[in-house]
Amino acid sequence: MKKYTKSHEWVEVIEGNKAKIGISDHAQEELGDVVFVELPEIGSELKKGEAFSTVESVKAAEDIYAPVSGKVTAVNEELNDHPELINEDAEGKGWICEVELSDLSELDDLMTEEEYKKFIEG
Amino acid sequence: MSELKRTPLYEEHMRLGAKMVDFAGWNMPVQYTSILDETKTVRENVGMFDVSHMGEIYVTGPDAIKFVDYIITNDFASIKFGEAVYSPMCNEKGGIIDDLIAFKVDKETAYLVVNAANIDKDFNWIKSQESKFNVKVENRSDEFGLIAVQGPKAEEVLQQIADIKLKEIGFYHFAEGRVKGVKAVISRTGYTGEDGFEIMVEKDATVTVWRDLLDLGVKPAGLGARDLLRLEASYLLYGNDMNDETNPLEAGLRWTVKFEKEDFIGKAALLEAKEKGLTRKLVGMVLEGRNIARHGYKIFSEEGEEIGEITSGSFSPTLNKSIALGYVKTGFHKKGTKLIVKIRNRDAKAEVVKLPFYRGSVKSKK
Repeated sequence: MKKYTKSHEWVEVIEGNKAKIGISDHAQEELGDVVFVELPEIGSELKKGEAFSTVESVKAAEDIYAPVSGKVTAVNEELNDHPELINEDAEGKGWICEVELSDLSELDDLMTEEEYKKFIEG
Repeated sequence: MSELKRTPLYEEHMRLGAKMVDFAGWNMPVQYTSILDETKTVRENVGMFDVSHMGEIYVTGPDAIKFVDYIITNDFASIKFGEAVYSPMCNEKGGIIDDLIAFKVDKETAYLVVNAANIDKDFNWIKSQESKFNVKVENRSDEFGLIAVQGPKAEEVLQQIADIKLKEIGFYHFAEGRVKGVKAVISRTGYTGEDGFEIMVEKDATVTVWRDLLDLGVKPAGLGARDLLRLEASYLLYGNDMNDETNPLEAGLRWTVKFEKEDFIGKAALLEAKEKGLTRKLVGMVLEGRNIARHGYKIFSEEGEEIGEITSGSFSPTLNKSIALGYVKTGFHKKGTKLIVKIRNRDAKAEVVKLPFYRGSVKSKK
């Protein structure tokens, strides 16, 4: 189940304390055509609320904030050659990185899909 | 905050589902489908832009031509009626107040098409010069709609509804005609690096012409594509690549400054700047990989000396390269010079290249 931040990132636990992170479909729509994604380094530590990646569209560069804290275990290398995956499938094939969560309770502060929908419509 | 202004095509943009943005106080379409798709359409086929937000300042009277020649740096006196010229308009210090296109209608009529963001500033400036000549200066920006039809297929498509022979309108020339019955001034001008036309009509007729073009299959393109297209073609954007503090010589617009003219505003200052030698120059750069330089990023020499700043930058879909414009200290402006652009906390390698980055189907002046 995906959880969302007010800054439009998503996080989804895939097993145990491993989770994937990306930006929401709404965020990609706002950004427009993505042409570059600056991926974090494998092994680096993300801190909840801090910028860990930048997504560049033809219009602007947007910082992406860590929805949770944890260690990066994998990055979506596909994005190096196909940054447009973010536009095509932001919440699936357009994932940015995988992390080992250091504190599962951080997920509790985030919005459910339904809450997020209301938030962006708000 | 004051209400955003709307062009006569506002309802059309809504109907087409455009994403709208605030541009210089105007509510304008930034994209209809995708900036990349719209850019490609203009490069390969034909697209159209609502540029009705741009200003039209009329100069009339016995001294009209002499007056325009005096307030702009380029030559206006010796071009023909029915011809137009791109030019900076400078202040006494040689700083660029705006860049514009001046249209020479007849011996007592000329008009200037100016940037939307600068309409009031330009009008006040021109008005302040009025008393030295026998002319009348009027801001008629609210009376007209302006549609740019751009792309290699522009002539072929527009000819289907225009009653004048477009083939006979040369680059930077214009003529009066009708577009499916609507009275229009059609000029072979643009801001995309492709061949194309700009159609000026009375405000209330703008929607009719827009819809006729839509019916012919011309795809609308937004400000996002416009900015990308102009950057690829290396056309400067006022407010980004030049402002009141930059002079045309350092901005790479030497060709628009006619020192041989008897007098024009800014001549003395520009001559002095030229004789002293320029301290900085606008250059084109290609960045390594997909690093994208944005307005305001700092430029360094390979040795780490700060030598300038980026003024525009994006990823060029046409060239599949990251491109940027920026000012660098004289000496670092030569083709092939290696530079470093600071992108957030990283150093990105860049190299000075010859401009334009890309040349499309745009014609040249004979």
